[in-house]
Amino acid sequence: MLELRGISKSYRGQTVLHPLNLRFSAGRTAALIGPSGCGKSTLLRVLIGLVAPDAGEVRIDDQPLTPANVRQMRHRMGYVIQEGGLFPHLSALDNVTLLARHLKQPPTQVRERVAELLALVRLPEDVLPRFPQQLSGGQRQRVSLMRALMLDPEVLLLDEPMGALDPMIRADLQTDLRVIFRQLGKTVVLVTHDLGEAAYLADEILLMREGQVVQRGNFQELLNAPAESFVTRFIQAQRQLLAGE
Amino acid sequence: MSIYSHRTMSENAIQTIYPNNCADGKGLIRCLCFVGVLLLVYFSECTFSTAQSAPLRVGSKRDTESVILGSLTAAWLKTRKIDAVYRGDISGGTQVLWRALLHGDIDVYPEFTGTLAREILRDEKLTTIAALRERLAPLGLTIGEPLGFEDNYGIGMRAERARELGLTRISDLRAHPTLRFGFSHDFLDRADGFPGLQKRYGLPQQSPLGFEHELAYRALAEGRVDAIEVYTTDAEIDVYGMRLLEDDLQFFPRYEPVLIYRADGLAGRAQGPTMPAAAREALRGLEGRITREEMMKMNRRARIDKVPESEVAATFLRGKLGVTAAAEQDSRWTEIAQRTKEHLLLVLISMLFAVVVSLPMGILAARLPRLGQTLLGVLGIFQTIPSLALLVFMIPLVGIGRTPAVLALFLYSLLPIVRGTTTGLLDIPAALRESAEALGLSRMTQLFRIELPLASRSILSGIKTAAVINVGTATIGALIGAGGYGQPILVGIRRDDIGTILQGAIPAAVLALLLQGVFELIERLVRRPE
Repeated sequence: MLELRGISKSYRGQTVLHPLNLRFSAGRTAALIGPSGCGKSTLLRVLIGLVAPDAGEVRIDDQPLTPANVRQMRHRMGYVIQEGGLFPHLSALDNVTLLARHLKQPPTQVRERVAELLALVRLPEDVLPRFPQQLSGGQRQRVSLMRALMLDPEVLLLDEPMGALDPMIRADLQTDLRVIFRQLGKTVVLVTHDLGEAAYLADEILLMREGQVVQRGNFQELLNAPAESFVTRFIQAQRQLLAGE
Repeated sequence: MSIYSHRTMSENAIQTIYPNNCADGKGLIRCLCFVGVLLLVYFSECTFSTAQSAPLRVGSKRDTESVILGSLTAAWLKTRKIDAVYRGDISGGTQVLWRALLHGDIDVYPEFTGTLAREILRDEKLTTIAALRERLAPLGLTIGEPLGFEDNYGIGMRAERARELGLTRISDLRAHPTLRFGFSHDFLDRADGFPGLQKRYGLPQQSPLGFEHELAYRALAEGRVDAIEVYTTDAEIDVYGMRLLEDDLQFFPRYEPVLIYRADGLAGRAQGPTMPAAAREALRGLEGRITREEMMKMNRRARIDKVPESEVAATFLRGKLGVTAAAEQDSRWTEIAQRTKEHLLLVLISMLFAVVVSLPMGILAARLPRLGQTLLGVLGIFQTIPSLALLVFMIPLVGIGRTPAVLALFLYSLLPIVRGTTTGLLDIPAALRESAEALGLSRMTQLFRIELPLASRSILSGIKTAAVINVGTATIGALIGAGGYGQPILVGIRRDDIGTILQGAIPAAVLALLLQGVFELIERLVRRPE
């Protein structure tokens, strides 16, 4: 279980996150959604310790995240960003296994895990020796997912993982991700700006605005019982976007 | 280099691409072995050249006459069964040789009494050998009796030009303020040189040009200057049909060559072994033996007929003193090989230390931007110090020879490498740095596996810049006895011999191009497949 207690953050006098108390239940997928600048990415970066909050703490299974244990705790979290964040000087395999080798895991164990993950993300073996710039956008995101899952973490954090993909590839990856999330039963927090994607992938949606969670619930709840007019406006705007396309 | 290398596409079998950490380890060991061998060569040469059976080291300033006298002294000592060697590679102006003697880098060199009094001891009243000896004793040095001839300073003009203007005496120059002077750098700087002359005669001419002494004659012949300083034994006085202007106010002191060396039983500040009695006795054999005509003839053979100085000296010893000394003359190819080795050592050793020091500095500068700016500022200042000045500053600190040259090259190499490292690290996209951090890698792993490899192109280009500049700058090292390609260049300038100059200049250019090529090759290997 992943928990934020009284987390707040401001940059140069600008409040990015108002004091927040949130719990993400084990094994469920939550989607953070909202307009640009609503604080959803910052929230994710607080969770993995890339951004230090001004107040409050992050807890994983009741263990607080501290500067002293942040590296160990990160091994319990996988992190995927837009465009993958793969290291361009390392092959796909090296990207995936870097951390495991850093932790001196036995080669056979590493090899078996890579084979498992290949099957999970549905990539052929021959992508492994390739460098990131030799892979397609979808393949890069799949490799990035393999890297995030290498140590079999309890938590998976994804920041706009499909933001840069074209629609067909995006749909493929969405389908696969849904299966993977269900199959693995991990605590997943997904940041997206696409309501359809959130509805499709997540068990619950957290709609954010100006550093606060406006409403939390599944898509039907947001649609049928909006907490305030902003929720309705947001949903309509997304629909118009779809209709316009 | 191994941390920058990447596996290539061709290794496609999954087993082989599975990384094994010892691949990197092997590369590191190979690197360390290379470094070890390099250092071994460097230090073994240092110790051999100073410690092994210690032959007497004869030095000389770099003008032709001094080189002949130095070469002659060493050859003479050898015929007297004294183990001696002429260190033609330790050449420079008065200060370089004087400091080399005080520092124990050479054992003896020919110096002129006038220079000793005015330039070194700065006391015009020291006009006798006895007075000079008395003043040198507290320094732990002494001089022998003069070698025979006098080589005074004089002011020379082309005879026809002097006739045109009706000039016979130096005081006549006062009436012609537009005359252009060309002087050696040494003469321009020294108290007993142009500044003193100008004061004594009240000369109105401004901003004389500075030349290597030998080149001043050429400038005179080409009419680019009207008057130059000459040594009264210079062969060119006859060859160019020059008129010596009379020193009517007796400004120039007498310049008689004497051999100066460290003396026994004196608690002076000079370091190094003193002259053994047998060698002192042998040196006495040269006193009063060389006349002005003989010296002029020797100068003429070397300067005009381009006979190597060692051969000129050998001929004199055979003719005048009836002893046979073998003229040491390496073949051109052995010489080039030797210079290449010296040059490469200068460049490689200085680069090695520069890389080892600059990488951490560059990393630090990238992490702490304020410190980084200060650091780059300081290194920038080093870069502006002219190489010759930097070399001369080093002499009192580390003596002469290879060490100060390596030190200077090292200092010059820091800025490009530090800057390359810092720029490379700061240019890494934030998303990649965050990915590495979010993965939970240790700082060290992030640095060595992610950041440095990503910055490697910028770092390499910094190293390349430093290395190419280094190859050029290292030629200056010959001025303080570091050898290398600068040596033939200096000898060539002295002999006015383009062939000899090219013998240093061409390999230096080739080496620079070669290094550039090697780095481009490495860059290509490091480049990721697109």
